[in-house]
Amino acid sequence: MKTLILIAIGSALVNNVVLSQFLGLCPFLGVSKKVKTASGMGTAVIFVITIASLVAAVIYRFILTPLDLQYLRTIVFILVIAALVQFVEMFLKKFIKSLYESLGVYLPLITTNCAVLGVALTNVQKSYGILESVVNGFATAVGFAVAIIILAGLREKMEYNDIPKPFQGMPIVMITAGLMAIAFCGFAGLF
Amino acid sequence: MSEETMTKTPETVGEKKEMPVVLERLWNGLAKENPTFVLTLGMCPTLAVTTSAINGLGMGLTTTVVLALSNVFISMLRKVIPDKVRIPAFIVIIASFVTVMELLLEGYLPSLYDSLGIYIPLIVVNCIILGRAEAYASKNPVIPSFFDGLGMGLGFTFALTCIGLVREILGSGKAFGYMIMPESFVPVSIFVMAPGAFFVLALLTAVQNQIKIKGEAKGKDMSKIGSGSCMGSGCASCRIEGCESRKFYDAKAGGSTQAAAETKTVATVTKKKQQEGGDEA
Repeated sequence: MKTLILIAIGSALVNNVVLSQFLGLCPFLGVSKKVKTASGMGTAVIFVITIASLVAAVIYRFILTPLDLQYLRTIVFILVIAALVQFVEMFLKKFIKSLYESLGVYLPLITTNCAVLGVALTNVQKSYGILESVVNGFATAVGFAVAIIILAGLREKMEYNDIPKPFQGMPIVMITAGLMAIAFCGFAGLF
Repeated sequence: MSEETMTKTPETVGEKKEMPVVLERLWNGLAKENPTFVLTLGMCPTLAVTTSAINGLGMGLTTTVVLALSNVFISMLRKVIPDKVRIPAFIVIIASFVTVMELLLEGYLPSLYDSLGIYIPLIVVNCIILGRAEAYASKNPVIPSFFDGLGMGLGFTFALTCIGLVREILGSGKAFGYMIMPESFVPVSIFVMAPGAFFVLALLTAVQNQIKIKGEAKGKDMSKIGSGSCMGSGCASCRIEGCESRKFYDAKAGGSTQAAAETKTVATVTKKKQQEGGDEA
């Protein structure tokens, strides 16, 4: 239990997936204009990454390892993840309409998001078991959600600020993200 | 581009058509459509691995090999792959080459393999590669595709090395691992840490914006300049033409070859854009 909590805190805050590992940067910068959409994106990412890390860990443990095919993990994971996201989208559309309406728009955006593949590969690299993989995936995604929602909140406040022309748009968002990254560096002292 | 084609055509019989295309593709990747400085694609690896010039160079060259080889294969198979499942097919081809490169690096350059870590397998989802596959290799013959990949890859390498060099000099006073700043220089270590990457990229995009604003004021077409990374989508998304569908199974596909024409149309690209690479260096 203690290791699980340590893994969770470590990947949600200390090694934040966007702010210190730069994975999933594109949705982080692109879908963070409003807190509402940012939280939608965050939820969708939590949903997808948790499922994807479960499926990837199961496949690695029960198919790739017994067959000694670990070196095929990149190919297998990316295909499984891409298919999985599409499948989840179809499933939600068919059976859980309300969830689809709130997450549906964001799902295709995550299909080939590097954070999803990154988490699956990190799990393998750190030789996590299935439970640890799921916890790590969930916590990483929570870290992403926290970061994107904070950034969206900051961006909403910044909207009417007077910013030099070349810095309007993306540059100022990135500077904000950089300042957030400095703040998140503080979590490194947690352990 | 057109000038080059004009002047070079009346020469050797075998190469007369190929050479200008080859050079044009290389130049296109290196400067005119530099994936980092102009199109702002593939930002995740750009930010993550440019803590030093040597890391940037290693990552860039690895990506170049993958890009060139996968372009060749996708181009060879372009008539065999059904349109509807082209994205998974491309991904499989790309992922195979990434795996090959990963194993090679692990075997022969273990230090680079360790410092790049997880970002090597993540080349699979680099939007530059899938973007080139969609926009160029799947519609063009093998040799131009190879040089298109090579040019784009070298452009990416050049950009990563430049950014890495800037960060390394500011952050630790070194260049390619050698101390070059005087003793009195106090390194701003934030630049080799995560936040520094955001700041460097912010400055880069601001420069792009500035060039774009100036260019538009003069009435030039600046639509190619990305200034703001692959907006609002996954990392393997490609803002490049013809890649709007990232769905695994593309039901709407079929008969869409307009992108091939689009890639060829050279919007009045100014010298300014080309200088940009120089400015950053």
